[in-house]
Amino acid sequence: MKQICDIDHGTPASTSAERVTLTIDGCSVTVPAGTSLMRAASEMGNSIPKLCASDSLKPFGSCRLCLVEIEGRRGYPASCTTPAEAGMVVRTQSEKLAELRRGVMELYVSDHPLDCLTCPANGNCELQTAAGRVGLREVRYGAGANHHDAASRRPADASNPYFAYDPAKCIVCTRCVRACDDIQGTFALTIAGRGFASRMVAGEDQPYLESECVSCGACVAACPTGSLMEKSLIARGQAHGSTVTTCAYCGVGCALKVETQGSEIVRIVPHEAGGANRGHACVKGRFAWGYATHRDRIAKPMIRAGIGEPWREVSWEEALNRAASELRRIQAKHGRNAVGGITSSRCTNEETYLVQKLMRAALGTNNVDTCARVCHSPTGYGLKQTLGEAAGTQAFDSIAHADVVMLIGANSTAAHPVFASRLKQRLRRGARLIVIDPRGIELARSPHIAADWHLKLRPGTNVAVLNALAHVIVTEGLVDEGFVRERCEIDSFEAWRDFVARPENSPEAMAAVSGVPAEAVRGAARLYAQAGNAAIYYGLGVTEHSQGSTAVMAIAALAMATGNIGREGVGVNPLRGQNNVQGAGDMGSFPHEFTGYRHVGDDAVRAAFEAEWGAALDPEPGLRLPNMLEAAHEGALRALYIQGEDIVQSDPNSQHVAAALQAMECVIVQDLFLNETAHYAHVFLPGSSFLEKDGTFTNSERRISPVRQVMPPLGGMADWQVTQALANALGYPMRYGHPAEIMDEIARLTPTFRGVSHEKLERFGSLQWPCTEDASAGTPTMHVGSFVRGKGRFLPTPYVATSEKAGPRFPLLLTTGRILSQYNVGTQTRRTGNNAWYKEDLIEIHPHDAAERNIRDGDWVGVASRAGETVLRATVTERVQPGVCYTTFHFPESGANVLTTDNSDWATNCPEYKVTAVQVVRVTQPSAWQQRRRRFAEEQARLRPKAEHVSEA
Amino acid sequence: MKIDYLLKMANQIAAGFAATPDEAAASREVAGHLRRFWAPQMRRQLVEHVDSRRGEGLSELVIRAVGDLR
Repeated sequence: MKQICDIDHGTPASTSAERVTLTIDGCSVTVPAGTSLMRAASEMGNSIPKLCASDSLKPFGSCRLCLVEIEGRRGYPASCTTPAEAGMVVRTQSEKLAELRRGVMELYVSDHPLDCLTCPANGNCELQTAAGRVGLREVRYGAGANHHDAASRRPADASNPYFAYDPAKCIVCTRCVRACDDIQGTFALTIAGRGFASRMVAGEDQPYLESECVSCGACVAACPTGSLMEKSLIARGQAHGSTVTTCAYCGVGCALKVETQGSEIVRIVPHEAGGANRGHACVKGRFAWGYATHRDRIAKPMIRAGIGEPWREVSWEEALNRAASELRRIQAKHGRNAVGGITSSRCTNEETYLVQKLMRAALGTNNVDTCARVCHSPTGYGLKQTLGEAAGTQAFDSIAHADVVMLIGANSTAAHPVFASRLKQRLRRGARLIVIDPRGIELARSPHIAADWHLKLRPGTNVAVLNALAHVIVTEGLVDEGFVRERCEIDSFEAWRDFVARPENSPEAMAAVSGVPAEAVRGAARLYAQAGNAAIYYGLGVTEHSQGSTAVMAIAALAMATGNIGREGVGVNPLRGQNNVQGAGDMGSFPHEFTGYRHVGDDAVRAAFEAEWGAALDPEPGLRLPNMLEAAHEGALRALYIQGEDIVQSDPNSQHVAAALQAMECVIVQDLFLNETAHYAHVFLPGSSFLEKDGTFTNSERRISPVRQVMPPLGGMADWQVTQALANALGYPMRYGHPAEIMDEIARLTPTFRGVSHEKLERFGSLQWPCTEDASAGTPTMHVGSFVRGKGRFLPTPYVATSEKAGPRFPLLLTTGRILSQYNVGTQTRRTGNNAWYKEDLIEIHPHDAAERNIRDGDWVGVASRAGETVLRATVTERVQPGVCYTTFHFPESGANVLTTDNSDWATNCPEYKVTAVQVVRVTQPSAWQQRRRRFAEEQARLRPKAEHVSEA
Repeated sequence: MKIDYLLKMANQIAAGFAATPDEAAASREVAGHLRRFWAPQMRRQLVEHVDSRRGEGLSELVIRAVGDLR
């Protein structure tokens, strides 16, 4: 799919079902009512010159270039703001229109630097194109006041690491301002001054970087000239080709268009037709791709005898043979279950599938797990138990039909920014919002958004609050009895109803536990239950708790009890952390399940896999990731194959994880970089970024989207090829020629993927599973008419307080999360310009707690928990409530996960990242752990071969 | 694996099913959960602990569930 330019129809498509027929330039045209004349003409192939219009923005009607003539009407209306009407007769071109347009263009061009040949927009400038289209041949206005000569021009703003703003090239069309408002919802830009003095400014006339701009790039995409332009494009010139692919950051799964010169990236822009993002992106997906060619990339396989030994670069063959022989040696000596594997939620479905196949079929063990274990495994468990399928129920488009949104434990503007923008668009059109979060997140209250209710609960009390909400719904007669009677198991509903109706679950009783006033819980419950269409969106603030699975089941119960499931605008929507967390689960990465969430103990399912794979498979579940680490401490697990996950930094109780790895005889790391985990590795296999391979990712809305190769793998092999080569080295043949063949095998073995193929993805763009014979185009909304499991199941959800409690030694509760510009362990974003916004992990502490400890903003503070100690810089803020601290885990030297404990969700072992009891004190030097880590990292750096480096981005 | 690690997890699972209205059903749920999600060596260790230490450190529900596991 090579393309550069999308057609811009000038105004958004109308969704009206009514059709109107009119005549444009002598041709009869039928369009949905509400379609602008500009769009109607464009769709029939007669695009009208324009400057201020774009089909991603509401019509504005300021540039006066798109004028048309309408029979029977006086004047020359703007086609962008004039809706098509039945019977209209429209002319888009005439002598008079041409004269008017030339006159308008002449004025624009009279105040524009005519440096077209050296302008970076040359070849892709709408002003230049419009001048050509109207036939501008002269500019009669002589020298005079302008915005572009040496004496008049304002300095360009190059403060943003990724794009520059040159006011001299600005035509004040306001597309950037409207993009920031209407698409992104940040309102960071405005037009300052009046008349000739009008100009676009960021913030309060600040450099971009200092303003509230979140660098989503919507303004750059909207700019019709070279005024706002990517620095990479300014440096390299216009692209020669483009490839549509899927973002490899968060679980939104934005479709991106990678513009290239050969295999070099010129820029990445959001793809207009992307089903998940609808033409929008964020600072990570759009701009933070420089890591792919960063000098730290490891492009050659390496081996070493022990973690204190120097790395030695070797051939792929030698590295793979070493890995295979070590795995076989350890199995021969300690049994087949002495080895384990970790699939990556960053890799493609096809690659993830191959790793679990290798573990089960080639090595004969079900000891395989994935990073979904540490984020959304409770979603899989909870939704499977209640609704029958381990996935969210809606498409992102569904948000446009929601009347009330309940956002639980999800800081979406930071972690799922494109979803957050779509949510804000809906809120600006009147939807109401309930936020359940211990922190004052942006969506709870910020200059342009205010939730109706913010239930600012104590960390660890989600279930208490959810039960209290259910209590109100049940006791105030807000249950959708008809829905429950028709769609759900009545016995289970009645047991759940009786349970939540107990006095101990009332908002008044639970207030003491959660800290949330009863009247707020009652107000939120009434708003949710009486909304019409009410949708729940939730994140890791729900799952990463000792009761994560219980909370998911409580959420499903709320949706079922109020009939908010099975249509657009409602549902239960987990916001997945990583790009392919959903896919990793779908692909059979959990130790107890094959693809499609089918248990290894199911004889019929296992027989199908045994027949396809030609190997006997273990009918018993294997070890989960935390179990594997425990087993390693005891000497029962001695080798681990880790594809694309940095468990030392990302998993809880880092010192415990590191000690487990240190206890192993063979750690095989397949990754882009020598990360924290690779410091404990014996074999390093170079991984490939999403730009270097073909395959698919599956996002939070079950959307399977294509990943397409843009550049060759730096190490010579894509990740699926590496796993295949390892299988072959183990003596288990794999002979795939392309990931499409792997997907064909997945489809053969997996009912919900039966209708999926790469060929079909080329035709449809993306597909939401289940994609079966009955639903060959996929399933945007699940559980329509009936639940996957038949009847919806309610389960009692008792609140059980976590054993991780604050007390005299550790009086504060620490919760962890993410910020916008960095991504998870930061392996990628730390190697990009995103450090301009966040270059170290900070700990937020409430002013009251800070004052008690004599801590000021910016002080170094020691943070101690039952698991370990670290030192971070303090931010004193009321975003956190008294008694609560918050930090991120983007930088390895910060050690946020040195603090988090082994506590985990009761059903899935998902770590309790969100609740750690800590003490915070002022300090003057790094913690003992940080000093040890620095020495160890320096030693490991010395053990690296002096390799030639790839070019630095 | 360290037995304390397994005991803690088993007790947490039991707490997760504690509100199941019927005791026998709760025991079956816990046993089913262990069978479905725990590797055989973990289940074996738990059963051995119940046999050798009379379930010391385990909730009554887990001990009953171990009976269902055998």
